[in-house]
Amino acid sequence: MAETRYIKAVNQALKDAMRDDPTVFLIGEDVGAAGGSFKATRDLLDLYGPERVYDAPIAEAAITGIAVGAALTGMKPVAEIMFMDFITLSMDMLVNQAAKARSMFGGQGSVPMVLRTPHGGGLNAGPQHSQCLEAWLAHVPGLKVVVPSNPADAYSLLRAAIDDPDPVIVVENKALYAMKGEMPETPEKIEIGKARIARAGRDATVVAYGAAVGMAEAAAEVMAAEGVEVEVIDLRSVQPWDEACVLESLSRTHNLVVVHEAVEAFGVGAEIAARMADIGFDELDGPIVRVGAPFAPSPFGKTLEEAYRPNADRIVAALRRTLA
Amino acid sequence: MTPNERAELYRRMLTIRRAEERLQKLFADGLVPGFLHLSIGQEAVPVGVSRALTEADTVSSNHRGHGHTLAKGVDLTGFFAEILGKATGLCRGRGGSMHVADLSKGMLGANGIVAAGLPITTGSALAHRMQGKGNIAVVYFGDGALAEGLVHECLNIAKLWSLPILFVCENNGWSEFSPTERQLATSLDKLGKAYGITYREVDGNLVEEVARAAGKLVAGMRKAPAPAILECRTTRVRGHFEGDRQDYRDSDEIAALDARDPIRLCAEALIAAGLDDAVLTAIAAEVEAEIEAATETALAAPLPEAGDILADVYTRAEV
Ligand SMILES: Cc1ncc(C[n+]2csc(CCOP(=O)(O)OP(=O)(O)O)c2C)c(N)n1
Ligand SMILES: [Mg+2]
Repeated sequence: MAETRYIKAVNQALKDAMRDDPTVFLIGEDVGAAGGSFKATRDLLDLYGPERVYDAPIAEAAITGIAVGAALTGMKPVAEIMFMDFITLSMDMLVNQAAKARSMFGGQGSVPMVLRTPHGGGLNAGPQHSQCLEAWLAHVPGLKVVVPSNPADAYSLLRAAIDDPDPVIVVENKALYAMKGEMPETPEKIEIGKARIARAGRDATVVAYGAAVGMAEAAAEVMAAEGVEVEVIDLRSVQPWDEACVLESLSRTHNLVVVHEAVEAFGVGAEIAARMADIGFDELDGPIVRVGAPFAPSPFGKTLEEAYRPNADRIVAALRRTLA
Repeated sequence: MTPNERAELYRRMLTIRRAEERLQKLFADGLVPGFLHLSIGQEAVPVGVSRALTEADTVSSNHRGHGHTLAKGVDLTGFFAEILGKATGLCRGRGGSMHVADLSKGMLGANGIVAAGLPITTGSALAHRMQGKGNIAVVYFGDGALAEGLVHECLNIAKLWSLPILFVCENNGWSEFSPTERQLATSLDKLGKAYGITYREVDGNLVEEVARAAGKLVAGMRKAPAPAILECRTTRVRGHFEGDRQDYRDSDEIAALDARDPIRLCAEALIAAGLDDAVLTAIAAEVEAEIEAATETALAAPLPEAGDILADVYTRAEV
C-alpha cells in the first residue's frame, strides 16, 4: 500500500491504460503540454507523444464527437471536459450519438469512449463551474456514469471505464482531487454497477456517491457516538446503480437516506428513493429522506456555497428524521 | 475512365434512383414507418465520391442518406428491410431511414441531427491518421448544415491536425423549406479559404466530374493526411420529406430540374461517347430485378419482437 492523491490516481490510471493498450488516446483542452487544468494528464504528452495526447481547441462538442467517431473506428478515446458545467456543449454527441449508436445500429458495434469531467463545489468556482449534472446523463439509456469517491476508486473506476465497450462518463470531484488515500499494490478490479459498503451498520442506510460518501461517513461517526450504527453505501456507479446492494442493506436496516451533492430535485436520489419505495416498501420503517443541494444555482460566495452544499450535519438531521 | 467504368457509375446511380422510387411507392402505400427524405436528383454525388473509396474508408451521412449508404456498398436487402423496420434490417429495425448504418462497410450512420456527422467523421479521420493505413473519412452534409456551429469547430480542428477528411457538401439550395441564401451569410468556398482548406466546386449532377474531383482530393489525402472540401451543386427533386408538396418552390425551378437529372445526363454522355443504347437498357433491367428481389424479401421479413427493445442498449448485460 502506498499513499496517493485522487488526482495522481487518475493520472496513474491513464498512464497504465495507455501503456497496456495502444488504442487508448487522450483528447481535451490543455491536456497535453499543460498536463490538464487540474493536472490529471501531467507528463502523459512527454511519455506517449502528440499522436496519443491531443491538446484540443476550445470546442467541447467537437471533442466529444471526435471521441465518438474515433471509437467507432477502432480507437479508445478518453476525452476530458474541463468542468462538468461545459458538458452542456457536448450533449448532442453524448445523448444522440454515443448513447444510441449501439442500440440504434442493431448491435453492430459499440462506442468504447470515456469522458472524464469534474463536478462539484467547494472551490467558490461559482454557478458555471461547480454543477453536478450526472443525473442528466444517468437518464440517458446507453450511457454509463461512475463517480469515484476516493483515490483507489478513482484509479480502478477509470480503468474499468476505459476497458468498458460502451460510453462511460467518469465524474470526478474537484474538491476531492487533493484527497489522500491508500492505493493498493494490486489495484482492485471494479465491476461498473457494483456498489461498495464503505461502513457497515445495522440501524440505517445512507446511500451516497462521490464527495457525499465522505460526508456520510462523517455523519455515521456522529451517530455512532449516540449508539446508532449507520451503514454507508458508496454507489461508485450511478448508471447502472447497484439496486440489489441497496435493497439488501435496507432489508437489514429498514431506514434509508440518500445523499448527493447535486440538486436534490429530480436527481439520482429521486430514482433510488422511488425504486426502494417500490421494491423495498415492506422493509421501510421510516420515510426515505434525500439530502442534496437546494433548488438554486450553485452560488459563488463562501457563506452561500457552504450553506448550499450538503454536509454531515444535514445527513445527521436526515437520519434523525427517518429514525424518528 | 473506360466505357465499362462509366457504365458502372450509371448502374450505381440508377440503383439508388430505383431504390428510392420503390421506397416512394412503398411510403405512399403506408408501408414505410416514419419520415422518408429522398435524394432523387442527388445520386451523382455519393456515386462519384465513392469511386475514390475503399471498404476501409469511413463515411457518415445525414437525414438524406440512402444514396450515401448504397454507394458505400451495403446490402440492398438489408437496406430495404431496415427502412421498412424489419427484424432483418441492417440495424434490426431500430434505426430506420435516418439511422441506417453498416459498420462492416465503413458506413458510420445516417444521422437525424443536422451536422452531427461532421465531428463523428472528424474523429474517424483522426483514428485513420493514428492507424496510419492511408484510410480516409468522408462526411456528407447539406448546405443547411453550414449554419451549425460544429462546422467551424470541425473545419478548424481538421486543418490544425491535418486530418484525412473529405467534407462533401451537397448544396441543393434548400434547407427544409428555406432557400440557402436566407440561411448562410457566407459561402463554403470562403470558409475553405478562411481555414486554409483545399476547396473544389463541381457540378454535383455530373457523376464523372464528381468522381474526378473526389479522386484527386482523396488520392492527395491518402499520401499526406489533410482535409479537403468538395462542394457539389445539386438538385433536390422531391420535397424535403415525402408528403411535402413543395408549394414554396416556384414552378420554373421545378420545371428546370429534369434537364439537370444526373442519370439522364450520364446516359446522354454515354450514348454520345458511343455506348450502345442496349447496354443501358440491359443495366436498367438488371437493376430493376435486383430492387424487386430486395423489396420482396424485405417485405416478407418479420417485424422485430417487442422483447428486442432492451437488447443492445449496452454491450454487456446489465449487472
Ligand atoms: C440539429 C437539427 N436541427 C434541425 C433539424 C430539422 N432538419 C432536418 S433536415 C433540415 C434541413 C437540412 O438542410 P440541408 O442540410 O441543406 O440538407 P437537405 O435536406 O437539403 O439535404 C432540418 C432543418 C434537425 N434534424 N437537426
Ligand atoms: Mg440542402
